[in-house]
Amino acid sequence: MTDKEALYQYVLQIGDNALILGQRLGEWCGHGPVLEQDIAMTNIALDLMGQARSLMSYAAEIEGKGRTEDQVAFLRKENEYRNVLLVEQPNEDFAYTIVRQFLFDSFHYYFQEALLQSKDERLAAIAAKSIKEIRYHLKYSSEWMIRLGDGTEVSHAKIQTALDDLWMFSGELTTPNEYDLKMAEAGIGADLNAIKPAIQEKVAEILKIATLQVPADEWMQSGGKEGRHTENMGFILSEMQYMQRAYPNMEW
Amino acid sequence: MTQEQKFQAKIDEEIRIEPKDWMPEAYRKTLIRQISQHAHSEIVGMLPEGNWITRAPSLRRKVALLAKVQDEAGHGLYLYSAAETLGAERDDMIEDLHSGKAKYSSIFNYPTLTWADIGAIGWLVDGAAIMNQVPLCRCSYGPYARAMVRVCKEESFHQRQGYEIMLTLAKGTEEQKAMAQDALNRWWWPSLMMFGPNDKDSKHTQQSMDWKIKRFTNDELRQRFVDMTVPQAEYLGLTVPDPDIKWNEEEGHYDFGKINWEEFWNVVKGNGPCNKQRIRARKKAYDDGAWVREAAMAYAEKRRKRSEAEAGIKVA
Repeated sequence: MTDKEALYQYVLQIGDNALILGQRLGEWCGHGPVLEQDIAMTNIALDLMGQARSLMSYAAEIEGKGRTEDQVAFLRKENEYRNVLLVEQPNEDFAYTIVRQFLFDSFHYYFQEALLQSKDERLAAIAAKSIKEIRYHLKYSSEWMIRLGDGTEVSHAKIQTALDDLWMFSGELTTPNEYDLKMAEAGIGADLNAIKPAIQEKVAEILKIATLQVPADEWMQSGGKEGRHTENMGFILSEMQYMQRAYPNMEW
Repeated sequence: MTQEQKFQAKIDEEIRIEPKDWMPEAYRKTLIRQISQHAHSEIVGMLPEGNWITRAPSLRRKVALLAKVQDEAGHGLYLYSAAETLGAERDDMIEDLHSGKAKYSSIFNYPTLTWADIGAIGWLVDGAAIMNQVPLCRCSYGPYARAMVRVCKEESFHQRQGYEIMLTLAKGTEEQKAMAQDALNRWWWPSLMMFGPNDKDSKHTQQSMDWKIKRFTNDELRQRFVDMTVPQAEYLGLTVPDPDIKWNEEEGHYDFGKINWEEFWNVVKGNGPCNKQRIRARKKAYDDGAWVREAAMAYAEKRRKRSEAEAGIKVA
């Protein structure tokens, strides 16, 4: 593995998380539980798509084969996507969507905060721009965790079930793979072991206020960062890649 | 002078009517009907376009479409708020949409079948909407007029964006051109129908003109739209699907063919290709969201009680 290859994969890991979660949130647009939340979820989707664009462009540059952001974003095979399994999980309902968002945001915030110190200027610049957005995402999803957890009996039960179901996808966020380790060592990437306690503390704090039970420690699923995805991924890509696959090599 | 005469005199002098001013009941009702219908159109209009967010062909287009559909949600919000200044409640208005009592723009009962439809909607549907809405920025009712200023700014941005999508397709491959032409074929006539029935068949026009809610008649606006749009289609190298389109030197306008009013009334009555799906999607979103709204209210109530209790402790 060359340094260039490792950086390319690392940037994809970050960019694919934003891309796939943005894609999922985009499915809500027009179908939200209240108009105001429809707008808010679309806002987050827009931020994530903006981040994905910056990262895809950068990945394309690192790759150096003259590809565009769209070719990198749309024209990879399923096992070449590096996003964590959590972000590809379906929207299901507002409870699952909020839990997925909250678990991701808690990670994403401390992750991008660490990247502010990256020796890679581009990653540091993208982090500087993204961190303000992510601070808002985390505030939004935390507030809804609390509101639903401490709302009615029905909402409490729904959000607890969603939390229990999605918990097994939370471990992958903070478990370093070879690219995480290599990039952290080079001072380019975030040291996941170092940020893990802050993330755990944040999650525990919000769950406590939300009157929710931290799910028991269980087996954590992983594989997304290595390109081994859940069954959801093929369906996401068949929709997302439809135009690029059906009408190849065209300008849109 | 009676109250009604004073009211009309203000309107004739172009003085804006504000929420607390006296107004005839019929004026209030007409506005609530029109503004809520307009708000519903924005919300239902999110569906055919929202369809394509997950399939948008590039990241740039995906971001633009997300932002556009989000703008429509925003328009819906300020229009519902404008209707609320007249004493209507948002939940009641939504209930009327779901029951079929309130209407929305029939154009959104047509399906978006290809990516080019996103271009055609921006260009034609938003173009027609702007024709209707620019005069509303001078509507006699203040809150509606002010909401429309903002709506129109954003709509004209959407219209340019839609035209730019069409232009990209028209300059593209044969397949892309065919896609653009097909979209124009399907959206042209429904867009002309957006201006409503011919003046002689329009039951609301005269009173609304007197109240300066409406400034131009349906047929005047429709003609303007045709005059603006036909040269744009020519520039794209696309053919407007109407063999009777012809420049009329004498009148300084384009003549155009007869609109299929039977289709129009059928779609209004609920027989359009997507009427049932649109309302079902809106109802589903609302019903599925009930527990979320209830939780938010319950939580707000708990917080209020807790802060009252805390304040109580401090006072004691």
